[in-house]
Amino acid sequence: MNKHNLNNGTITSLTNQMLLAVQSSLVVVEGRPGGVGAGIVLDDTGTILTNNHVVNRDRVTLHTVTRDRRWADVIARDVEIDVALLRVDGTGLFPAEIADSRALRIGELVFAVGHPWGQRGYVTSGVVSSLGHAATNGDRGRITIIRTDAALAPGNSGGPLVNASGEVVGLNTLIWGGDQGVAIPIHLAMELVENINALNRCRKPMNDERDIGEELI
Amino acid sequence: MSKNKNPLRELSEAMAEAVAIAAKYTVTVDGRRRFPATGIVIGSGQILTADHVLERNEDIKVTLPTGDTFIGAVAGRDPGSDLAVLRLEEKTMDAAKLVDEPAQVGQLVLALGRPTGGDVQASLGIVSAVGGAVRTRRGGMLRRHMRTDAIPYPGFSGGPLIDADGRVVGINTSGHGIGASLVIPIDEALIIGTTLLETGSIKQGFLGIRSQPVELSSNAQETLMREQLVGLLIIAVEKDTPAMQAGLLTGDILVGIAGKVVEEPEDLLAHLSGDVVGQSVNIELLRGGELMNIEVVVGERPEPKRHRGRGRRRTRHDHHRHHRK
Repeated sequence: MNKHNLNNGTITSLTNQMLLAVQSSLVVVEGRPGGVGAGIVLDDTGTILTNNHVVNRDRVTLHTVTRDRRWADVIARDVEIDVALLRVDGTGLFPAEIADSRALRIGELVFAVGHPWGQRGYVTSGVVSSLGHAATNGDRGRITIIRTDAALAPGNSGGPLVNASGEVVGLNTLIWGGDQGVAIPIHLAMELVENINALNRCRKPMNDERDIGEELI
Repeated sequence: MSKNKNPLRELSEAMAEAVAIAAKYTVTVDGRRRFPATGIVIGSGQILTADHVLERNEDIKVTLPTGDTFIGAVAGRDPGSDLAVLRLEEKTMDAAKLVDEPAQVGQLVLALGRPTGGDVQASLGIVSAVGGAVRTRRGGMLRRHMRTDAIPYPGFSGGPLIDADGRVVGINTSGHGIGASLVIPIDEALIIGTTLLETGSIKQGFLGIRSQPVELSSNAQETLMREQLVGLLIIAVEKDTPAMQAGLLTGDILVGIAGKVVEEPEDLLAHLSGDVVGQSVNIELLRGGELMNIEVVVGERPEPKRHRGRGRRRTRHDHHRHHRK
């Protein structure tokens, strides 16, 4: 079920409605000094999905859509796919719609919503450029990644990549080569949510053993 | 809930479908040391690609969307337009669908590439500009060109720019070294491609002069009896060239060719890039304040020297440099 109810209207007004709905599920994550990341509200009990690399301590500050500040606790991390789950008081939060990212097609329209350079709730658009693979430094081996030409910048990290229906398909994570955005498919992140109890392994934060040309955002 | 009524969703699905259609005729062309590039199937066993992505003339591997790899033979190359055509023994392949109307500024387009031999890759944009003749760094001239804001990722050269129906609007290339990447309209590219298939090369007209634009004096304008403020001053005539044989001299000011006004080097190139090699052409010039007409038999431009890598940007300063024709 898609609560966004996008069934009539012009493309422009629909896009506007859809993005407003997406923005309502977005939070600002202040999880490390000198920069903010984004987070996605997953349910009304206050589970927040974000990138592991934007939270380098176990208790962080969140700013919600209504601009109030709340403390959030890191309840799980998966450094392998750069995902962290936070728990916050869920009052007044709007959960995001989640799509099956395994059904994504190359050329499909996508929108990135986040806080690039600290600008709140900014939206950029593009398409799924390719569904590539990347090696992780853990047991998963190669995982699928979404590459997009939607412009990403520092502050987009942990924010949603949504499809034309406003459903989250990925977690914006990296910039590759300066102009290609990389998002972790949401189905990988949701596996973590489902296995949350089994996955209380808080490993050490991600280190910087990455290829040149990759930039954490 | 019927998602299909959402026009944004419909647009998104149409774009994914366009990519799927175009993926059938978008191939990998591996003819250089670093990253492979892309090509377009324009006919049975015929691949149109960018010239600069072919660093060698043999052992060029073409990987079809099916994943099968074949060796492509170079049918023809044109560094001037940065186009090349390959021939394959294999004939079973889908040829590109082409647009049948001119591109319009603002039109939605996708740039496609298949540099990895795997899935096709895409970026989204619009047609940013549809322009006329443009000089290319390697001595050529394109009669028409286009620009797009779709990002040309590495290996996208030689790949198609497609519309929302999956039809080819143009071919993407970054090898011109005239600023950002450039799109050659597909009808223009096919004219060149067809000539390459027939003859193997595009003959570029050659006079053998160096020139620079100069303002014309009021006397000169009176002599011309037309409003022309600028002409091309010949500052050197190369030895053993058509210009020398026809008796052009340093200090002459070119003002017309084949009945058309010449104010910039581009005006000369526009004429010389046509099928004119071996033909006699009338040149109008001012010598000592007198208007003269001289017939020159257009020669063929010598082989350009191998280009040096990706080259530098063309600057304002370059514009005033001497142009060799």
